[in-house]
Amino acid sequence: MAQATSHPKARYSADAAGLGTPRAAAFIAPAMALIAVFLVFPALWVIYLGLTNYRLTGLAAAEPQFVGLDNFVKAVSDEGFWNSAWLTVQFVLGSAVIGQVVLGFTIAWLLRDRQGPLKRVVEGLVILAWILPGAVVSFLWIALLDRDGGTLNALLGIPGFAWLLDHPMLSIIIFNTWRGTAFSMMLYGAALGNVPPSHLESARLAGASGWQQLRDVVFPHIRGHILTNLLLISLWTFNDFTPFLLTAGGPDHKSEVLAVHVYNVALRGGELGFGAAVSTIILLINLVVAVFYLRLLRRKS
Amino acid sequence: MTRHIVGRIGFYTLIALLMAFFTVPLLWLAAAPFTSDPTYEVSLPDFTFTNFQAILEHPYALGSLYNSLLLAVGTAVLVVLLAALAAYALSRVRMPGRDALLYALLLLSSIITGTAAMVPLFQLAVELNLIDSQLGLILILTGGLLPAAIFMLKDFMDSTPKSYEESARVFGASPLQIVGHVVVPLVRPGLATIGVWAIANVWGNFLMPYLLLSDIEKQPGAVIMFTLYTEGGQANLPLLSTFGLLYSVPVVLMYLFVSKKYGFRFHGGIKR
Amino acid sequence: MKRSIGAVAVIAATGMALTACGQSSSDADTIELTITQNAIAGGKNAAAADHIAKWVIPKFEAAQKAKGKDVKVKFVPSGVDDEQYKTKLALDLKSKKGADVIDIDGIWAGEFAEAGYIKPLSEVAGAETDSWEGWSQIPEAVQGLTTYNDKKYALPIGTDGRVLYFNKTLFQKAGLPADWQPKSWQEVIDAGNKLKTAGVPTPIQINAGTAMGEATSMQGVLPLLAGAGGEIFKDGKWSGASQPLKDALGLYQQIYGGSGLGDPKLQQEAKGRDKSFAEFADGKIGILMEGDYFWRGVVNPTDGVAKMADRDQVVGFAMIPAIQPGKGIRGQDFVSMSGGALRTINPNSKHPKEAFELAAFTLSPEALKEETKQNVRITPRTDVNKEILTGDPLLMFISEKVLPLTAYRPPLAVYPQVSAALQEATAQVVSGKAPDQAAADYQAKLEGLVGGAGNVAS
Repeated sequence: MAQATSHPKARYSADAAGLGTPRAAAFIAPAMALIAVFLVFPALWVIYLGLTNYRLTGLAAAEPQFVGLDNFVKAVSDEGFWNSAWLTVQFVLGSAVIGQVVLGFTIAWLLRDRQGPLKRVVEGLVILAWILPGAVVSFLWIALLDRDGGTLNALLGIPGFAWLLDHPMLSIIIFNTWRGTAFSMMLYGAALGNVPPSHLESARLAGASGWQQLRDVVFPHIRGHILTNLLLISLWTFNDFTPFLLTAGGPDHKSEVLAVHVYNVALRGGELGFGAAVSTIILLINLVVAVFYLRLLRRKS
Repeated sequence: MTRHIVGRIGFYTLIALLMAFFTVPLLWLAAAPFTSDPTYEVSLPDFTFTNFQAILEHPYALGSLYNSLLLAVGTAVLVVLLAALAAYALSRVRMPGRDALLYALLLLSSIITGTAAMVPLFQLAVELNLIDSQLGLILILTGGLLPAAIFMLKDFMDSTPKSYEESARVFGASPLQIVGHVVVPLVRPGLATIGVWAIANVWGNFLMPYLLLSDIEKQPGAVIMFTLYTEGGQANLPLLSTFGLLYSVPVVLMYLFVSKKYGFRFHGGIKR
Repeated sequence: MKRSIGAVAVIAATGMALTACGQSSSDADTIELTITQNAIAGGKNAAAADHIAKWVIPKFEAAQKAKGKDVKVKFVPSGVDDEQYKTKLALDLKSKKGADVIDIDGIWAGEFAEAGYIKPLSEVAGAETDSWEGWSQIPEAVQGLTTYNDKKYALPIGTDGRVLYFNKTLFQKAGLPADWQPKSWQEVIDAGNKLKTAGVPTPIQINAGTAMGEATSMQGVLPLLAGAGGEIFKDGKWSGASQPLKDALGLYQQIYGGSGLGDPKLQQEAKGRDKSFAEFADGKIGILMEGDYFWRGVVNPTDGVAKMADRDQVVGFAMIPAIQPGKGIRGQDFVSMSGGALRTINPNSKHPKEAFELAAFTLSPEALKEETKQNVRITPRTDVNKEILTGDPLLMFISEKVLPLTAYRPPLAVYPQVSAALQEATAQVVSGKAPDQAAADYQAKLEGLVGGAGNVAS
């Protein structure tokens, strides 16, 4: 739907293939069935668990009690939760909204008119960071940032600089920027391909600066892509658990983003009811973020 | 003219910096497996193959890569197939509340990837007799990835022109034929992208396979990777780096294959 | 709930048809058993996994055959973090699944029992479990590891002890004796200062912080607490911001609070404990508080993870002193902490008696002797220990000097959470908080965990 904004829809009939509603429903049904069973049902179950004092072990595992909104009250009155929430905001803004979007767009913009090996190599490297398994890349970054034997300190000539301890948030933000830029790069690369060159040309002839071209010609064309991109990467970054593999949330909870907080609460602490409640709160925050993006970017369409 | 030169210098400096940023972290993976006694520091390898020999002798390493392949490809095929059908229908046929539905599913998918969902998913698998079944795991993973896949693909389908479908319809093609022969070729790069995205997602997943599969012979590489730590939690660097490399190669190959064969682009099908 | 699952089942029926494989219908007479540990060939605890697969299973099957029973045993390996292993066990047991014979950490016994995941042995496998020949060989304290609410829930697999390791080469450089045995905390600090003067980068390493998890409790704050005369749980009450706790945290402050005796960063690093191993092996750490695992599995010259070829010459060990002579728990001069793993029977086992026989077989003298041939460790059995430990100076030292004065963690369900709160307190001191304040914060958290101030003594 994001793209629909830039399409002169009226030229085509909407149902071009003559699918008809019954057949469309049949096309959708298998996906929806799977989603209903393996996504909606367990997700609702999680929301229900959030209302109980269920634990992995101990008495509360044998006989969980319904506790209403106690977990939610406990969560929002817990310093650790707000700490994590604030860190998550930094993480999402820093690594997704700023890091991945800006870097992804920059690369796409720099390479927009290029073909050949340079483009392929740069894109390949960026995509490599994205498709390698999390367990492997997190280990690569541990090796990179190690304070004694790490490659980065050797390159910069500052042995003993403890990146993961003294700047844990900066470390995971840069890590996640590195990790996730590929998605934004590809999305914007394709989007820029959809900007008619003639529009850019006439803007240039009219004496528009590079920034003015971007703002007046490019941006209106890729608004829908920006929306899709922001929505997805924010959501993914919100729920990204990979920072745990780098810092385990430490030191002293200084990089315990919400997804890691849930892991620590639910798996390490065994407090499944409480963890489920925090998960539900994350869902609500995601909802607010999604609505915010939608309003921001669709206002003018 | 000078402005042009400055621009070019600026361009290449920027590109060089970007390449360095994306390359430096990867160096360790290229060097450590070929080093006899690797440390965290990237050093020139002595090109030994003993680490690879050790991994070959590892009882579960190679089997786990096969399992990863099975899980990842199985999930990717299901995700692409089901998401493409659903996304196409959602894109072409107006249905009341479809946008709200998609957003709701997208949000719910975030809760299911969190740790807190492990109990419901585990018990669901128990009730459905899907414990220790790779197929069950594929279904669960597919359920989690489908909303985002449909969302992305619908975007893609929205941006492809519908005139081809209309002409095919004029020539009397059935809707399924139109999808198969007209739409799929048009959106193939998008399908490929979603496929690789799904593969990469499944490839790195540790917790769900570990909890839902009890037979070690069925566990994927992500789980075996974890076993290369000692009783005290210390990483076995030679084995870990070597297995990490072997474990990474299939995804990279799949990406190269897909991008060569189908192109690898979002919205790249047809330019207006 | 049931009905919705029914509806769900219809949709997933296609899936079921394809998953039925693997459930072979075997002979009615064949007894199939499974045994699981957090050990795996080619990885974590590989030797233990090999022993089960290559020795225990064939021998046990043969012994059963001789009795006319057709028993097939399968080993289910695992190789992950203890927390993940525990999660999986809990999920399995909750769903009435899982292996017949299961290894757990001793400290999980309480919470598993309360959840109904494990049951007393006599209930699961009959009264003959109480008359197992091994019990007479297992010291009272080690039997205590298996006991919850006065009932035995499992067989003990072994035990361990904590000591102070020191690097004799560095000690010589600092003018300290090779047969060092400090008698008070002050003597440890004094030695640290001498090491520092001699240029040792990290004179003392005592685990602290949350990143090291239970290692901080077992090789850090709990031995110190015991050394200051405090017990974490005594007479039905948890110890709060008591003087012993303040003393223990005070020692942390002395080491990590800017004196340069310890490396505070190491306590915060996600892989800090690994690093402490590597640094000790590299001769960068003078004194290290660790368990016997460090000797057996870390600096072991043949297959340790941070091998020291000259371990037997360079690595010295001493008992952990009380704050002052006679001021430790029970008026002791020296203290330690011990734990141990357990082997229990799944209450849902179809063949609990045979499962118990298998568990007992793994703890028979011959099985233990075989298991410890390559990697010697302290077994639960005195008769076996007498034979196998003689070749290893450290394990002899622990079994003769340390185990008689050691202490165990309370086998209560809430302990893991209390332990986490203690780790948090040490983390706060390492990052600069005053010990009294950290102790007060700990008490506040403790009251929330154990059900109010009434259950806390300060």
